[in-house]
Amino acid sequence: MAALYRRFGDFDIAEEAVQGAVVEALTAWRRDGTPDRPAAWLTTAAQRNALDLIRRRGRQEALAARIEPSVAREGTDDRLALLFACCHPALAPEARLALTLRAVIGLTTPQIARAFLVNEQTLAQRIVRAKRKVVSTHIDLRVPEPDELPQRLGDVLAVVYVMYNEAFVSSTGRTQDRDLGADAVWLADVIATSLPDQAEAWGLAALLTLQHGRAAARFSRNGDLVLLRDQDRSRWDHTAIKRAGEMLERAARLHAPGPYQLQAAIAACHAEAPSWAETDWLQIVTLYGALIQRDSSPVVRLNGAIALAQLGPRQASEALADVDRLADRLGGYHLFHAARAELLRLLGRTDEAAAADRRALELTTNEAERRLIQTRLRRHPLTDGS
Amino acid sequence: MKYVLMFTSEPAANAATDPEVAKAVYGRIYQWFQDNADKIDENGAELQPVETATTVKSGGIVVDGPFNEAKEVVGGFSVIDVPDMDAAVALAKTWPSLELPGIAVEIRPMVVDYSQFE
Repeated sequence: MAALYRRFGDFDIAEEAVQGAVVEALTAWRRDGTPDRPAAWLTTAAQRNALDLIRRRGRQEALAARIEPSVAREGTDDRLALLFACCHPALAPEARLALTLRAVIGLTTPQIARAFLVNEQTLAQRIVRAKRKVVSTHIDLRVPEPDELPQRLGDVLAVVYVMYNEAFVSSTGRTQDRDLGADAVWLADVIATSLPDQAEAWGLAALLTLQHGRAAARFSRNGDLVLLRDQDRSRWDHTAIKRAGEMLERAARLHAPGPYQLQAAIAACHAEAPSWAETDWLQIVTLYGALIQRDSSPVVRLNGAIALAQLGPRQASEALADVDRLADRLGGYHLFHAARAELLRLLGRTDEAAAADRRALELTTNEAERRLIQTRLRRHPLTDGS
Repeated sequence: MKYVLMFTSEPAANAATDPEVAKAVYGRIYQWFQDNADKIDENGAELQPVETATTVKSGGIVVDGPFNEAKEVVGGFSVIDVPDMDAAVALAKTWPSLELPGIAVEIRPMVVDYSQFE
């Protein structure tokens, strides 16, 4: 798309052409298998579409004449350049995600609106404004220079991370017409493969691969949310988990630890454990300690406390105290109360646990999460620790 | 691609800055213009303090003071000519005053193609 944008100077045409090409590709590749050079296939298809679009827009016929015969080439660098432009710090953070989904992943505006439960018109305006800014301020489509790369890469990785998590949350308890999580995993993989000496890029790719590899077991057959401790681990994608392990090793060899690698390492501990009980909690608590040093956000501290509580009763009390210190900042967050309920139950304080669960229920808007908490409340006082 | 850099500051923060530090930074601003002469299209202007501002509003009403009530004020501007937005951001980042508190540099692309208005 970057190449088309450069060539035609028209973001809309380039975008529409690429979107068309992606749709054609998905149809053709499912039918005939993936071609040897998928990027070249896409480039050729997109160029053909762009020419069609321009011809159709009669007023731009003159432009079509200027275009030399299409030269198919691998488009990885272009895709990466486009991604950096879509995630440019000059664009508003919420626009970066929308633009990335539109231009890089090739979703339509209604699809994005549905996936993220936002008003379609608002989203369309946000995208139009962002595109206008890319063109009017002349944000060039290129991978940043080495001195700017770490910071800019951070912006890009953040968008892909949010993309996965938003898709993950919004899909909970609903059917999706598209696996956005898989798109995010794919994008993280493209970034890491294209910038192989960036440890955090591998870290994010490993993290999302792990999360996605375990996603199938998050729901029971009747669509109920299943907590990690109760998941059927044979339903995890163990090939993906192994691949993520290799990515993490690759990241580690670069000796540049960061939050995504630490989160991935935590996820790997869970993914490689045969059961909840046989999980290496000490290792996980150590990793959370390192993560909190870099990212002391309350949600990270909340998760660290839950891990700490698994080490024993003394640590569980300590964890509850840690969690209670977050009340000011997380009081309106349903998972804060759900975590408190879990810790209170672990300490045998079942009445307080039920009260915390009720608070969590009041705050959650997500259907599957509501059902989980309701089940937990009905079982009370029969605690199973979940 | 031409952009205008608008240099803004907060007078309150300026007043709190150590005069020696401010003087040293000011010296490097002169150097900045020399070092970046190839990227600067017009040096622009450094403005007198905001207390000197007078504003003419819709209907021809003349009032004392700047055009808005913000705590930040525009202190000057320059026109740069660089290949793209990344280059503009990179150049703005080297503006010496940015190491002081309350400073901001706004980047705005200039209208250079007037064919759209014809």
